[in-house]
Amino acid sequence: MTQAGWVEIHPLVVRITHWVNVLAVFLMLTSGWQIYNAAPLFAFVFPPRLTLGGWLAGALLWHFAAMWLFALNGLVYVVYGVVSGHFRRKLLPLSPRAALRDVRAALRGRLAHDDLSVYNAAQRAAYVALILALALLVASGLAIWKPVQLYWLAFLMGDYEGARYVHFFAMAAVVLVVLVHVAMAVLVPRTLPAMLTGRARRVS
Amino acid sequence: MIRNFLAHRSPQVASLERRLFLRRGLSLGALALLSGCNVTDQESVQRVLWAMSRWNDRVQDWLFDPKRLAPEFPESRITKPFPFNGFYAEDEVIEVDGGRYRLEVGGLVKEKKPWTLAELYALPQVSQVTRLICVEGWSAIGKWSGVRFSDFLQRIGADLTAKYVGFKCADKYHGSIDMATALHPQTQLTFRFADALLPAKYGFPMRLRAPTKLGFKNPKFIAAIHVTNQYPGGYWEDQGYNWHSGS
Repeated sequence: MTQAGWVEIHPLVVRITHWVNVLAVFLMLTSGWQIYNAAPLFAFVFPPRLTLGGWLAGALLWHFAAMWLFALNGLVYVVYGVVSGHFRRKLLPLSPRAALRDVRAALRGRLAHDDLSVYNAAQRAAYVALILALALLVASGLAIWKPVQLYWLAFLMGDYEGARYVHFFAMAAVVLVVLVHVAMAVLVPRTLPAMLTGRARRVS
Repeated sequence: MIRNFLAHRSPQVASLERRLFLRRGLSLGALALLSGCNVTDQESVQRVLWAMSRWNDRVQDWLFDPKRLAPEFPESRITKPFPFNGFYAEDEVIEVDGGRYRLEVGGLVKEKKPWTLAELYALPQVSQVTRLICVEGWSAIGKWSGVRFSDFLQRIGADLTAKYVGFKCADKYHGSIDMATALHPQTQLTFRFADALLPAKYGFPMRLRAPTKLGFKNPKFIAAIHVTNQYPGGYWEDQGYNWHSGS
């Protein structure tokens, strides 16, 4: 039941899958960085303090266990988002022009954020980009894991070695969006209890 | 009573409660992060991770198509120099005496006589240019020649319905693969690398080459092969690498 003056803005399914995803992505990122360190693609490694698993085998155990949590949770979220109309209502319409306009406004500190139930165009673009980057991580991860059985997927990713780069850059995109997302949540702290309780104060 | 209180609390009180809840929640999260190493080392956590790895063995077994071939490449794509990798440094590589070498076969096989290198070289030979993918992530393309492993298993009268083929190696390495992979058309007992006798660093006189498996499932310096239904494990697998590790 909603108290007077409060409105439900985040459905229960979205809240649960959001926080499960926080845990799953945290496990996938930290174990993934340890795996990267075993054969770095670039002239840097991730600080061992930020990695999970202790060594390559430990990280692989985490990565290939947490991938089920990550993928199944993501599947529930995407199916719910499509079937319930959640994606259509919250993320559409989306135009690059509107997104750029709102990003510019946000950078000048002039983006109004009174009504938490409606995402502005910058938010929509960021969330769509995050969903696509996470889907790309699944696809490139599968291509790295099964380059022979899922040869068509590996082919799409530029073969086994290409898939490693796609996996890396999709990870980098996710980290970038998450950093901005967390920074925005800190700047507009009302959003955090809203993602826990689902409710926000009604805007009259 | 409690419901009554909740219904009548002021927005200020509700806001205060939320702040306290969040602060506690955040410090709990920070605590979990600080003690992260200890949490993940706990035996119960490790048990769950190893159980998931066994589950992943079954999923990969199900995904494995015995007819699906690993991509083959033109010789112009061969990686030069081809990397050395092992559980010891390159200057510790052992030298096996080819003249005195005998391959032992055992377990669920009819013909258990040991094989000399001359006898192995006399078997029909095939070649492949395939990508070797290391569990570390890197990969390299090489050319390997030798006997199709399924031919050899049939020749020694192996029980092809058995679950595992195990390998013991002259460098104290050991490992095992599933029978489906052992019978895959590209799985090979390899005697030659890049059209020359297999160098010591790549496992002279004989290694396994299975392009549908990660590199560590391709043992070098093979001294004995046994067919079995008892899970044989392996040097790396016993330390946590996934057993199936198929590509």
